[in-house]
Amino acid sequence: MTAARLRRPAATLALLVLSAAPAVSAYAAAPTSASAVRTANQPSDPLVWGKMLYQEGCASCHGLTGQGLNGVPSVVAKGAAGVDFEVSTGRMPLATITDQALRRPHSLYTEDQTAAMAAYVASLGQGSEPAIPTVAQVDWKRADLAMGGELFRTNCAQCHSFAGQGGALTLGKQAPNLMQATPTQIYEAMLIGPNNMPQFSDATLPPAQKQAVIRYIEFLKQPDNPGGLNLGRLGPVSEGLFGWVAGFGLLVVIAVWIGVKAK
Amino acid sequence: MTPTTPLGRTAVALDQRFGGAKFMKKTFNKVFPDHWSFMLGEIALYSFIVLLLSGVYLTLWFKPSMTEVVYNGSYMPLHGVKMSEAYASTLNISFDVRGGLLMRQIHHWAALFFVASISVHMLRVFFTGAFRKPRELQWIIGLVLLVLAVIEGFAGYSLPDDLLSGTGLRISQALMQASPVFGSWMAFFVFGGEFPGLDFIPRLYMVHVLLIPLIFLGLIGAHVGMVAYQKHTQYPGPGRTNRNVVGFPLLPVYIAKAGGFFFAVFGVIILLGGLVTINPVWLFGPYVPDQVSAGSQPDWYMGFLDGAVRMMPNWELHLWDHTLSLNIMIPGMILPVVMLAVVGAYPWLEAWATRRTGEHHLLDRPRNVPTRTALGAAFLSFYLVLFIESGNDLIAAAFHLSINQITIAFRVMIFLVPVFVFWLTKRIALSLQRRDVDRLLHGNESGRLLRLPHGEFIEVHAPLNERDLARLSANPGLAPIEAPAATDDAGHPTPGLRVKRLQARVSHFFYGDRIVPPSVEEIEAAQAQLQSGHEPHGELTQH
Ligand code: HEC
Ligand code: HEC
Ligand code: HEM
Repeated sequence: MTAARLRRPAATLALLVLSAAPAVSAYAAAPTSASAVRTANQPSDPLVWGKMLYQEGCASCHGLTGQGLNGVPSVVAKGAAGVDFEVSTGRMPLATITDQALRRPHSLYTEDQTAAMAAYVASLGQGSEPAIPTVAQVDWKRADLAMGGELFRTNCAQCHSFAGQGGALTLGKQAPNLMQATPTQIYEAMLIGPNNMPQFSDATLPPAQKQAVIRYIEFLKQPDNPGGLNLGRLGPVSEGLFGWVAGFGLLVVIAVWIGVKAK
Repeated sequence: MTPTTPLGRTAVALDQRFGGAKFMKKTFNKVFPDHWSFMLGEIALYSFIVLLLSGVYLTLWFKPSMTEVVYNGSYMPLHGVKMSEAYASTLNISFDVRGGLLMRQIHHWAALFFVASISVHMLRVFFTGAFRKPRELQWIIGLVLLVLAVIEGFAGYSLPDDLLSGTGLRISQALMQASPVFGSWMAFFVFGGEFPGLDFIPRLYMVHVLLIPLIFLGLIGAHVGMVAYQKHTQYPGPGRTNRNVVGFPLLPVYIAKAGGFFFAVFGVIILLGGLVTINPVWLFGPYVPDQVSAGSQPDWYMGFLDGAVRMMPNWELHLWDHTLSLNIMIPGMILPVVMLAVVGAYPWLEAWATRRTGEHHLLDRPRNVPTRTALGAAFLSFYLVLFIESGNDLIAAAFHLSINQITIAFRVMIFLVPVFVFWLTKRIALSLQRRDVDRLLHGNESGRLLRLPHGEFIEVHAPLNERDLARLSANPGLAPIEAPAATDDAGHPTPGLRVKRLQARVSHFFYGDRIVPPSVEEIEAAQAQLQSGHEPHGELTQH
């Protein structure tokens, strides 16, 4: 029965809309950083534009050549994929330096601006840094779902938990909930290994396997849950809490009601 | 008189052949006192029945086998995945057996309720002193039932051989191995070889569906039978004494209430089973030794042990060429054994400090025994700190805190919180007693002000109603035992002086801080005066 649900066209459509949403809303979002609006005197050469945007928004922390500064990591090493991932998820630019940048609801840059910065940062490197994956590379629809599940449980669940709901790492860091990440962002995350996440190079996880992992995460995003309410898919803790408060609480209320003296 | 209805005639016919009418009459006329907190044990009994029924349904399809199979059922995301037959059959129950998922969820929710209701039932028994003579054995049976329920639940949780339960089993195997001297031998014996092996799940299955349920049947029968035989305790109230039972006859009132409650418990469990997911094993995936998921937690009743293991510093002891894993041994084995021993021994400890030998059929109001209540609350808070620590990763993720700092904070709290809770609970209990004395001697504040002829305002106090009067004056006001003198009048040394002094010390710990309740005469005089409209003046005494 779940198989049938997976193939429902409405769900697929909803997913497509969902994955396009961050890009669309990036245009609509009110920019909170001065660097974000600079369309007036936009140079025609994307590299020049990208350099401009980079120097305004990023260089203060990452350095003029992108090699990193005072403990802030290099952007160059993570290539165009790194910039696209960090900026499209809204993690960058940071307002103040912290151990872990968090995802923002909207990116502070438009898609064009992000692409220009990514191209510029890529031009600073040696050409071997991860590039932004193409549409064909991210195409997960025909990937093997069951293999994706196995790969996910082997490689990702220890940090992101069995249903991609995220989890705590040591020293206040956390592996985020994956339900907001777009297929491209998932692919990029595996390519670059942001923050504490390990890098999954094509040697350890070939493209077909990456696509399978994406397919499994897309499956996890479906709201359908065979057993009823899913309680956040947090495992026994939320079950125990619910059982005590809602279930057992209700029974005690009934017991009190039955036990009340007939006056 | 000969009965005319078919039912009546059958009954007479049965009675003539087997007797039993007298027995039935006696049973049906048995009186049960009535209070909501007396129904907690019933929740346990009814969830056990649900467990039996749903469990039998599951046995029809569950295969307790570790043989590797390739899944080809209807849950697509696991199609073609290699797994044990146990896991595959659990998926089969969930997705391809009619009503299977409903039954699994009913079974699992009922298991959570079973352990929950036993625990809360035990708390009720503790805080009201129902464990005192002659019911000490009931306390022990209850404790054994609780431990068995936890083991039974853990065994059931482990049967499906999913990633989460496999992780749990792995931990319990590590626990076994950590026991000194014969630990690794024991683990090898129980698992029939290396972990996880092929033998363990079938063995666990036998324990889960046969061995423990049979012990349950015996112990629950003994437990309930003894309640009927020894009669139920009751809360103090008008006309209730240590020698009577005031309540409703079993038939029809109590049976109707209990029967109604039975269906309520059934209904709530089935509702949850139908509407709320529990243990979605298909998301966890099959157990594979090199996989582990974030948020791997056991069911709630094992949470306190998990929390203890998480909280424990990483201590190891190297003796000759052995390594003693104190980091697992202390929280995983020593701690639960000590906790059980303390709980099991408590009735005797308290009796010893009280030196009361009589029988107790009237329950205590928790405030009237402040030290017991405070000890119970402190124990509960100790348990809760351990329990909450087992969700440290979820707390860290939810509140953006550092998991390391949370653990350090809990290491401090495990010592401080129980002490604070003990102190606070005792204070609250004593001040509640003080208020009771006040009401007994001065009546209830009526909220009506009265102006006396010379201009002073006083509030009119009303006498207590019959029920309150009976409840509030039920305070036994226990005083501590004093240690005997070192020698008796004739100058002979007192026998067993050391023990008696210790007993006196423990007794002072229990009853040293106390509010002396007013005597019956004082209360009667005060209430009579209130009745006549005069404001009585009594004094509070405290030692
Ligand atoms: C306030 C300082 C600050 C600013 C401004 C900033 N970053 Fe960062 N950036 C950081 C820090 C600190 C990290 C490492 C923390 C983390 O990964 O969460 C980081 C990490 C990154 C990474 C990932 C590096 C890695 O090794 O994983 C990339 C890529 C990146 N930034 C790109 C950008 C871009 C592009 C901009 C401009 C739009 C930008 N940053 C603006 C501080 C900053
Ligand atoms: C060692 C733990 C770890 C493992 C293993 C891991 N991740 Fe991550 N992952 C992280 C952390 C930490 C972050 C947050 C990075 C940051 O703060 O910039 C993250 C971020 C992500 C994000 C970005 C989410 C968002 O909403 O922006 C995605 C997508 C992701 N991981 C996917 C994966 C996948 C797929 C795998 C398995 C192939 C995986 N991760 C394995 C720790 C891990
Ligand atoms: C009396 C207390 C009992 C408790 C606390 C208990 C608890 C559990 C738990 C927690 C599970 C895991 C269920 C899941 O989520 O899949 C389980 C599984 C199971 N139980 Fe019980 N159980 C009890 C009695 C019984 C009885 C009496 C039977 C049968 C006669 C039974 C048969 C089973 C079977 C076959 C499974 C595995 C099937 C599956 O997981 O889908 N149980 N039990």
